[in-house]
Amino acid sequence: MQKTLVRIAHEIIERNKNAEDMVIVGIMNRGAHLAKRLANAIEQIEGVSVPVGNLDITLYRDDLSMISEQPVVQKTDLMFDITGKKVILVDDVLYTGRTVRAALTELIDFGRPQFIQLCVLIDRGFRELPIRADFVGKNIPTSQKESIEVHLEECDGVDEVVIMEHDDG
Amino acid sequence: MAEWKRKHLLGLEELSREEIEFILDNTSSFKEVLTREVKKVPTLRGKTVVNLFYEPSTRTRVSFEVAAKRLSADVINIAAETSSVRKGETLFDTGRNIEALKADIIVVRHSASGAAAMLSHHVNISVVNAGDGWHEHPTQALLDIFTLKEKFGRIEGLEVSIVGDIAHSRVARSNIWGLSKLGAKVTVCAPKLLIPPEIEQMGVSSITDNIDVALVNADAVNVLRMQFERDEANMFPEQLEYFKKFGITQERLEKAKKKIVIMHPGPINRGIEISSEVADGTQSVILDQVTNGIAVRMAVLFLVAQGAKRKK
Repeated sequence: MQKTLVRIAHEIIERNKNAEDMVIVGIMNRGAHLAKRLANAIEQIEGVSVPVGNLDITLYRDDLSMISEQPVVQKTDLMFDITGKKVILVDDVLYTGRTVRAALTELIDFGRPQFIQLCVLIDRGFRELPIRADFVGKNIPTSQKESIEVHLEECDGVDEVVIMEHDDG
Repeated sequence: MAEWKRKHLLGLEELSREEIEFILDNTSSFKEVLTREVKKVPTLRGKTVVNLFYEPSTRTRVSFEVAAKRLSADVINIAAETSSVRKGETLFDTGRNIEALKADIIVVRHSASGAAAMLSHHVNISVVNAGDGWHEHPTQALLDIFTLKEKFGRIEGLEVSIVGDIAHSRVARSNIWGLSKLGAKVTVCAPKLLIPPEIEQMGVSSITDNIDVALVNADAVNVLRMQFERDEANMFPEQLEYFKKFGITQERLEKAKKKIVIMHPGPINRGIEISSEVADGTQSVILDQVTNGIAVRMAVLFLVAQGAKRKK
């Protein structure tokens, strides 16, 4: 996983020429950890420290009532102005695209970035909205009967991607 | 992970410790929204919140209104003095009519204890209690407790004194329920006539009519407003007399062991229950309470709206 993130870091720099005016914003929870790792990788390559923020999109969701458990709303943490910045939005898994839609709406409420590029560790397909990622760690074609979870050392104790069959199929 | 299933918030007595902590955990995230340039999230877009107030209130009503608007809900305010209530419509009928207007949440304040609970049994939409008689004022207690938690990082083990007219105070009752459930030690302090006998069963750890005793070990004190305008039974001491015996002054605070955090639900009566020096002093968090009140009410409106969806 770390190698994949370093590769993505290189791609981000290649696409944008450098890391100037760049900020990285992770979607809670795992996207936030990935954002931090990407920023570290970019700093090692370019020697530039890139600001990192977190976004909790709960208050912008369109499907909250469908989630069986009520999650605690996490604090959004964007301590910098994103207006005019090159924003790299980071999440662990790209699926329907609804999370990203919510994140885009929330980000734009914070300011007017120069542009937003989307970076995901896993793209599993089944988009319900016209959204695509600019940087992808790995495409994993799945069936909708399966669910996919990214586990990270920071919150799960281990780096791994797990594909599971749903109980209710 | 904690779960929230309630579509009403009627009081803290019926909530578990986990539910209270769940509201408080959410509150800090809603507070962050208030620091943004665009202080608004689309969470309750298309929902309608009706503030139904049978008693005069500015701060609670405005706080609920701001909270609902920060969540993008539409807000309608009904003050009983200017509505059909004067023509004799019952709370029950008013509630059913509000429901028929396709509102989603009723925030109700009423002078009768149990009014919010009664309303919740007669409508299918969410009811939030904004104060019912002497019974409960849950969002006020939640914002008080949230303010303490921000200040001390915990509630467990805190010594909190509540000073003033305990007998007629819904704020006191909700605070006692909430604080004791979260493990704080609560002392109530009032003139003897204003301490109701049932207070002992609510989980307070001590009762006194000596203000210095109430302050000596306290981490925080919640100073209640003396509602002299409501003293129809003539149970209150004379105002100056009250200030002499129970008023919170800098001098009294200096005799205490700790740097006591001063709270007051407002509006404050300067020179009656609290001196100006204390109210405006560095130990006072009275204005933090006002800000936190919006965040707490945003969390509550959000949670009851989700609870209502889940119930369907």
